[in-house]
Amino acid sequence: MIWPTSNWIDIGALDDIPRRGARVVRTAHGCVAVFRTQDDRVFALDDRCPHKGGPLSEGIVHGDAVTCPLHGMVIGLADGQARGADSGAVATHPARVEGGRILLDAARLIRGRAA
Amino acid sequence: MKRKLVVIGAGMASGRMLEHLLAADPDGWDITLFNAEPRGNYNRIMLSPVLSGEKTWDEIVTHDEAWYAANRIACRFGEPVVRIDRQARVVHSNRGSAPYDKLVIATGSAPFVIPVPGRDLPGVVTYRDLDDTNAMIAAARPGAKAVVIGGGLLGLEAAAGLRQRGMEVTVIHLMGHLMERQLDPAAGYLLQRDLERRGIRVHCRGSTAAILGKDRVEGVLLEDNTGYEADLVCMAVGIRPETRLAVDAHLEVARGIVVDDRMVTSDPDILALGECVEHDGQLFGLVAPLYDQAKVAAATLMGQDAAFRPVQTATKLKVTGVDLFSAGDFADKPGREDIVFRDPARGVYKRLVIEQDRLIGAVMYGDTADGSWFFGLIKDATSIAPMRDTLIFGPTYQGGATANPLAAVAALPPEAEICGCNGVCKGTILTAIEGGATTLAEIRATTKASASCGTCTGLVEQVLASALGDAFEKPAAQPICGCTDLTHEDVRRLIKARGLKSMPAVMQELGWKTSCGCATCRPALNYYLLADWPGEYRDDPQSRFVNERNHANIQKDGTFSVVPRMWGGVTTPAELRAIADAAEKYAVPMVKVTGGQRIDLLGVRKEDLPAIWADLNAAGLVSGHAYAKGLRTVKTCVGSDFCRFGTQDSTGLGIRLEKRLWGSWTPHKVKLAVSGCPRNCAEATCKDVGIVCVESGYEIGVGGAAGMDVKETERLAKVATEDEAIEIVVAFVQLYREHAKYLDRPYKWLAKVGLDWVRAQVVEDRASRAALVARFDLSQSIHQRDPWAERAIPQARAGFAPLADLTREAAE
Ligand code: SRM
Ligand SMILES: Cc1cc2nc3c(=O)[nH]c(=O)nc-3n(C[C@H](O)[C@H](O)[C@H](O)COP(=O)(O)OP(=O)(O)OC[C@H]3O[C@@H](n4cnc5c(N)ncnc54)[C@H](O)[C@@H]3O)c2cc1C
Ligand code: SF4
Ligand code: FES
Repeated sequence: MIWPTSNWIDIGALDDIPRRGARVVRTAHGCVAVFRTQDDRVFALDDRCPHKGGPLSEGIVHGDAVTCPLHGMVIGLADGQARGADSGAVATHPARVEGGRILLDAARLIRGRAA
Repeated sequence: MKRKLVVIGAGMASGRMLEHLLAADPDGWDITLFNAEPRGNYNRIMLSPVLSGEKTWDEIVTHDEAWYAANRIACRFGEPVVRIDRQARVVHSNRGSAPYDKLVIATGSAPFVIPVPGRDLPGVVTYRDLDDTNAMIAAARPGAKAVVIGGGLLGLEAAAGLRQRGMEVTVIHLMGHLMERQLDPAAGYLLQRDLERRGIRVHCRGSTAAILGKDRVEGVLLEDNTGYEADLVCMAVGIRPETRLAVDAHLEVARGIVVDDRMVTSDPDILALGECVEHDGQLFGLVAPLYDQAKVAAATLMGQDAAFRPVQTATKLKVTGVDLFSAGDFADKPGREDIVFRDPARGVYKRLVIEQDRLIGAVMYGDTADGSWFFGLIKDATSIAPMRDTLIFGPTYQGGATANPLAAVAALPPEAEICGCNGVCKGTILTAIEGGATTLAEIRATTKASASCGTCTGLVEQVLASALGDAFEKPAAQPICGCTDLTHEDVRRLIKARGLKSMPAVMQELGWKTSCGCATCRPALNYYLLADWPGEYRDDPQSRFVNERNHANIQKDGTFSVVPRMWGGVTTPAELRAIADAAEKYAVPMVKVTGGQRIDLLGVRKEDLPAIWADLNAAGLVSGHAYAKGLRTVKTCVGSDFCRFGTQDSTGLGIRLEKRLWGSWTPHKVKLAVSGCPRNCAEATCKDVGIVCVESGYEIGVGGAAGMDVKETERLAKVATEDEAIEIVVAFVQLYREHAKYLDRPYKWLAKVGLDWVRAQVVEDRASRAALVARFDLSQSIHQRDPWAERAIPQARAGFAPLADLTREAAE
């Protein structure tokens, strides 16, 4: 069987997420945090800080980064990389906005690490 | 034989296309031009100057009767096309028909009308064509009231025009700042300020609920129940491509009519251009790209090769006296850097966005003289590496041998003004330096430069550095964070002194170096604004730490703890039963008695929070704010009611204090205790405020702590009555709220300001005490409400649940 390379799923309206905020999407492989920036871009990252697993969706969003709520690590939203002196990374997932709806490429999320 | 060309829509795009076509091939076509409007092509973008009275209709007509006649175009104006018959290659209008060999659809777009009650009342207009403009002019009696819904480009031009005709104008905008698609919050703030200065009222975050009126419009009602009277309502909330004909004809239509690079639709004989099309997923709302499309469409009709490539567009607002400019992409992204320049005195804001040594976006307000130069750098992708340090100063600073800011300051003439507030020029500062001043403080003392708003501090330091060289050492005042050079204390003072009431206002007026702050400054600013402007400032949940945003403490595994208030540490069997029931119902993994005399339910899942709160609320329990920079607990001992040593009702006083103080936001958490006698079983001598009861009254101590530092309270006052004790505690908390730095507990703040000063304000000076109490009560009238109850309602619950659940989605 050939897995689809992309599988865009409508997960909700852009306005369901506040500007400079996030909501989570539950998947079989853990929660994915979907962020909305001040200027209405969306990013999807695993909701687990590389430091000690803090829920990034609960952090303060500034510019294109989020500060982890547990111990303050700053993670870039587009690349999932830790900023500044810290190191570590979290997985990112393709996301886009179309007609006010948020689409997530869930092919990987649904089939997960099995592929 | 001539081929038959039919054009639907005589607008700006098709007008330009016809010019190109006729110039290259004057005799190739029999042209029929339909237009729904009863007139030919005019310069639609100049409707705004017509509305404001700065131009007349005749001045904006681009193609008059003579032009159409000379080019032998069959004009069928006022005759909308209603159907395209692709089989027969005929278009039908409401009155007749016309056959075609090639068809061009250029129907533009239609204004979007929000589906609220009352939208059809007479007096409600949109803003698209001459008829709309004339309707507005007719309604614009001086003193009459207009409401413009929509704070984008069109809405603001309408608002400014109506204001110029003497109307009282209110703009209602759904978003947090004006023109949010073109401007960032800082520039949006400046724009709003300028419009307000002209007498235009601006209501952001306003969602229209209904348009009111019997026979014609009388007012507008918002969802937050604000109402505005209106004799005229102009709806300018956006446009939608006019695609109905194409949809009915089964052409491929997404958001717009889909065209390829040659402007050809899914039917090879039908072209489309203008605002009605979608090219490569993109829609168009400004004329520059439409003019490019016109050129391509003309070439395609002539059988030449041409391809449309969208280019960057720049935006300006055509309101006389408002200077703004935005171009390119100014979103924050990794690898991008901002250069921000703010001149608060002149109301200037400039932000450049740079990626890999290329300028990719610019937003400017107040001084846009360099706009076209920056726009050129964006379009040409010029490398800006050699001029990076001085780029923001524009083209006049470039090209010299001295491209560094220090040299730029050194090159300023002595009469150049450095400090706008106090009118201090560079020469004055140099004289002071010659007179022996070597530090910023000495310059401030001798010249007053940088002594008011402080935003020229950097410049003054550069003057010092350029005059003294290595002899100048920059002082190490701790700025709040990397976004500003100002300290917490400076910012607090300036927020009050200059009446700054929103986060963009603070960031603009105080020269923030980033566009939207960071996780360090935003919570502090949110607190300062909340404390200083109760009632006017709207709390920003996105600038709060997780615990305060969710009204629960986050745990290491991402669950939360729930701590209901237990007034003075006293509870009842019914409350305990409700807590026990909740703990069982939500399978709370741990129930713990806290060090603050109440009960903690640890390990609650986020999506269960609203439900558990609702259950606790039903038993009369409210949030204990165990997560807040606000009042935490008031510990008490049993006191005179039961204890054989008790001198006063310590439990009762503790409960009264907790009921008065709960819900207030403070710079850091605040904990109180009241002990019934000097044995001090409530540990009152290590609290932020601790009262020890004695036979003759109440000893009030402040500035205690037992966390990372252990501190004993110091005596603030001794009073005879409970009432006076409460007044003094309230005044003390308010003074702390108004002056302390964010995240300073009272003991740290007291070490800076001194207990004597505090005592003078809250104990000795009765008038000052009363005023502090009054300000605290005013703030409480707004902030003292149970945040759990507000979020336990069904509408708020959704925010606590996941946005979506994909666990059950199967792979295809
Ligand atoms: C629950 C509790 C421990 C307990 O099981 O008893 C507790 C738990 C926490 N304390 Fe505490 N403190 C608790 C009483 C205290 C006390 C004792 C007291 O209030 O009498 C102190 C010392 C007194 C003091 O504050 O001066 C105390 C000094 C601290 C400090 C150090 C504060 C300081 O200024 O030095 C922190 C850290 C901070 O706030 O930055 C802290 C922070 C915390 C946090 C909020 C840590 C965090 O940020 O997540 C813990 C949250 C646990 C949770 O999820 O509920 N906790 N904490 C107590 C809750 C009291 C309540 O009913 O609200
Ligand atoms: C007040 C105002 C200010 C503006 N300011 C600016 C600005 O400063 N800068 C800028 O770049 N842009 C501005 N614009 C936008 C600019 O005017 C449009 O992008 C441009 O006019 C679009 O051209 P178009 O030919 O696609 O559509 P239009 O110019 O709207 O022409 C479409 C024509 O098609 C007709 N039509 C529609 N359906 C039918 C039918 N079924 N049959 C026959 N005819 C039909 C319509 O009546 C209309 O006359 C402004 C717009 C407005 C309204
Ligand atoms: S002392 Fe307070 S902050 Fe430290 S582990 Fe215990 S509860 Fe947490
Ligand atoms: S878990 Fe994110 S910083 Fe520690």
